Amino acid sequence: MITLNELDELLFTIKKQFDYDFCDYSKASMLRRINRFMDINNMKNAVDLKFELINNPAIFQNFINEIVVNVSEFFRDPSFFKSLQEKVFPYLNSYPKINIWSAGCSFGEETYSLNILLKENNLFSKTRIYATDISANAIERARKGIYDNNNFKDYTRNYYDCGGKEALNNYFVSDDRHSMIQSELKQNVLFSNHNLVADSVFKECQLILCRNVLIYFNNELQNKALELFYESLPVHGFLAIGKKESLRFSSIYDHFKEIDREEKIYQKIR
Amino acid sequence: MKTDVILIGGSAGAFNVILSILNNLDKSINTPIVIVLHRLKNSVSSFEAILQRHSHYQIKEIEDKEALKKGFIYTAPADYHVLLEKNLTFSLDVSELVNFSRPSIDVAFESFSTLLEEKCCGILLSGSNQDGANGLKTIAENNGKTFIQDCSEAEFDIMPKAAKNICNKHIELNTTTLIKVLNNEYHHKT
Ligand SMILES: C[S@@+](CC[C@H](N)C(=O)[O-])C[C@H]1O[C@@H](n2cnc3c(N)ncnc32)[C@H](O)[C@@H]1O
Repeated sequence: MITLNELDELLFTIKKQFDYDFCDYSKASMLRRINRFMDINNMKNAVDLKFELINNPAIFQNFINEIVVNVSEFFRDPSFFKSLQEKVFPYLNSYPKINIWSAGCSFGEETYSLNILLKENNLFSKTRIYATDISANAIERARKGIYDNNNFKDYTRNYYDCGGKEALNNYFVSDDRHSMIQSELKQNVLFSNHNLVADSVFKECQLILCRNVLIYFNNELQNKALELFYESLPVHGFLAIGKKESLRFSSIYDHFKEIDREEKIYQKIR
Repeated sequence: MKTDVILIGGSAGAFNVILSILNNLDKSINTPIVIVLHRLKNSVSSFEAILQRHSHYQIKEIEDKEALKKGFIYTAPADYHVLLEKNLTFSLDVSELVNFSRPSIDVAFESFSTLLEEKCCGILLSGSNQDGANGLKTIAENNGKTFIQDCSEAEFDIMPKAAKNICNKHIELNTTTLIKVLNNEYHHKT
């Protein structure tokens, strides 16, 4: 176990040694994740952890994969996806080509959910999705697009709650334990590693989804990420953040108008 | 900078107890209260609106990085864990369920207690799983006050019983006495 006081020093060492900057992450959550990692790997204290990270480079990537929170689901917050279809899709339809950035895409659940809805709303063929995450493991799994069947009861309920028109399993190929997303739904998605803390804008996107990622950042870092999104959006582009996240404390707040207050969908107005 | 906070955890059978606590707290008390109640996810509930009708506090569902303030009762949103930062702002977290729960009472209690130590008071009410027991133990270890709803009064006693078994500094009280104790303890701390 490490304490809050040891955490700052550890994050500073990681920044110096590995060039990964977690110093402005939410400390409360970081502390839980790191203690969980140490528990799983039988490390007793901060000295053990530092020793392992520095002397065993292979463990570092594993460390990154474990301290970020990849928990996601298909159609998380169905009311959000419903609103997106009703309030944003018609507008996107007016563009000849659509770029969407799914930032912090985890194992791809959010990205493929979006793609299924794009398909049902006839936007699929003109859309390209850039799906990014800091975790190499997450990106690799998102590319594979294989999910445990146990969760599909929940996913199906979510899917219908957001207005899904088909049977969800039509979009998957399944055996008795796993389901793989249809290859067609992978074709327009580019999964890549991207760190919102360190990397820059790579493409103009008319819609950016970054949900349940900002909660892991402190205010300054949230602000930095939001500025990145601001830069990537054209005027009239849309930004969607997590249901309990807020633009209120950020410097870009005045540059956006609320499209759906409850679902946290915003449009850049200047 | 530490501040007094009252944490209330509960599950099945806790809602009405919470209402009577809120109804009967002295109007002079404004110590921040955080309620972590297990609820169904994706349910559009009027939970906050109902609480508001029973309290002189302002009721607020927690938003990420919002600051903890006096005179407010904060509720944990469905499907998020609640943590406290050193600067007394909330952080939300969607990591794995703990004790089959998100929000988990253990997660919130442990996070608040680690920072606030003896200033963090934990109250565990009726419920039908064991979430909260470890959290209450942590609060006791950090010298915070720990109250458990009288197991014979609780509609579901699994939660208070689990806490009783592992947290030995607790005080077990029925709702009426709990309200008296809180009014005594907090009326001068405004
Ligand atoms: C809880 S998941 C959110 C998944 C999905 N957007 C959702 O709402 O269900 C948070 C994701 O953010 C990613 N993440 C954390 N820090 C990041 C950073 N600095 N840059 C990019 N992604 C990051 C994590 O790896 C994780 O996959």
